[in-house]
Amino acid sequence: MTTIVTDNCKNCRFTDCVSVCPVACFHYDDEMLYIDPEVCIDCSACIPECPVQAIYEDDDIPEDQEHWIEINAEKAAALPVIEEQMEPLPGAEERKTELGF
Amino acid sequence: MDNLGTDNNPLLAVIVGSGPSGFYAAEALIKSDVKIKVDIIERLPSPYGLVRSGVAPDHQKLKQAINLYKKIADTPDFNLIANVTVGKDVSVEELCESHHAVIFTCGAETDRKLGISGEELKGSHTATEFVGWYNGHPDYRDLEFDLSQDVAVIIGQGNVAADVSRILSKTVDELRHTDIAQHALDVLAESKLKEIHVIGRRGPAQAKFTPKELREFGELSDCNPIVQEQDLALNDESKKELEEKSNIANKKIYDLFTNFSKRELDSNKSKKCFFSFLLGPKEITGNTSIEKLILEKNELSGEAFKQSAKGTNETIEIDVGILFRSIGYRGIPIVGVPFHESWGTIPNEKGRVTENNGAIVEQLYTAGWIKRGPSGIIGTNRACSVETVNCLLDDLTKFNSEIKKSGAEGIYLILNDKNIRHVSFDDWAEIDAKEVELGKPKGKPREKYTYIDEMLSVIN
Repeated sequence: MTTIVTDNCKNCRFTDCVSVCPVACFHYDDEMLYIDPEVCIDCSACIPECPVQAIYEDDDIPEDQEHWIEINAEKAAALPVIEEQMEPLPGAEERKTELGF
Repeated sequence: MDNLGTDNNPLLAVIVGSGPSGFYAAEALIKSDVKIKVDIIERLPSPYGLVRSGVAPDHQKLKQAINLYKKIADTPDFNLIANVTVGKDVSVEELCESHHAVIFTCGAETDRKLGISGEELKGSHTATEFVGWYNGHPDYRDLEFDLSQDVAVIIGQGNVAADVSRILSKTVDELRHTDIAQHALDVLAESKLKEIHVIGRRGPAQAKFTPKELREFGELSDCNPIVQEQDLALNDESKKELEEKSNIANKKIYDLFTNFSKRELDSNKSKKCFFSFLLGPKEITGNTSIEKLILEKNELSGEAFKQSAKGTNETIEIDVGILFRSIGYRGIPIVGVPFHESWGTIPNEKGRVTENNGAIVEQLYTAGWIKRGPSGIIGTNRACSVETVNCLLDDLTKFNSEIKKSGAEGIYLILNDKNIRHVSFDDWAEIDAKEVELGKPKGKPREKYTYIDEMLSVIN
């Protein structure tokens, strides 16, 4: 069981989730965040924090987002941990509106 | 004297309470650019607060948050002083002498009362004490819960109510390989409960469960989750609440209740767990112990997202054998520290302690449930503690940097004078290892010590 960051995070990277993660399991690159499934404790604190609802528990994840399960595991293993909330990416607010939030 | 917060003149901070908010505050202090030495004082010989004694035994994965706390404890500027009670063994005044800053992260150890007649009868309990009891907390070790009854009622529909009702609904087999306290497992093994009622004062759209916790009721091996279809009716405001895109958690909860209402009853399962709504407890009656619960039917009023429950004066009466109120934890005041009586918190401005009139109190800070009130989950405390520590760091120039403070050494002098055996993190590691060892033959992650003198005998 793990929690997964999906599509909507891309080009937003709000990072509200990071400030409530009890185990610092978010990793980042220029585009978005990824959750390390080895460290995540399934507390679900991050899920309601995301302004664009990009995060899912794995038994709740829509079929068309399932490929993100593997991507999160791979990317988290190779990228640095993000410890603190950062400024969202440029264009994040527009993307949020586009996504209907 | 060198500037405060440098290697030769480190800031000395003491944190009261070693639960999540305490550890996240320690983490934020240690990671900052300022040189800080952190002492955490803890009342019990064991650290970790509600992660150890609140999080349910069948939620072992959540307890892995402790792995991060161990890393924090392993840093050179961190020091644990456990088995020491602030307000009894050492005063807040003494902490202000020995340290530059004091951060209260002592949580909310008592509970909100229902305020109804019969609440104090035998058989009427609090979720706080039941959770502490099955989690082996020494304060609750010797309590008794009569599970030979048919009917249990839990008042409240938050995650603590979910934990209590789920533990009562589970079989011994579902619990025997967890770190549940042995004395509790023995009592639960004899349980004769047939019906568990989880009662909320508002409607199904306002229940405070998280989807994950509620979903578990659909996966129990010996208990049917039941919701009556007619109880799913929604007023316009509730419909509006569920249609709001950002309110996805409540929508998931409502869908789960709907799913439960449509399930076929599995006659092989011996227990039923009912979720009922729009009912408020009015009175508990009984002779020497509880016998009946009188509930008042409620209706919702107000705008969407501000729906409140109002009594209709129409009542129903149910037989009840054991009752748990689970309507919120509540903080306990500390001698020498301002306290907000109606909220059960330490008055503060973003974590800087204030008097009730808003005047800032120097040197004192607060984080976690005693700052915000008892809401949120483990991770919620991280952002909260970071906010408090940021304020503390902003105040750096206000602390007295001229006098050399005594820090932990000052506290040890006071404790040694009183013959108090304080427990270090290394001591705790010994107790911890012994608990794990004791759990092994039973296939449990650990067998907890449930008496303080047992814990201390490991290290003495």
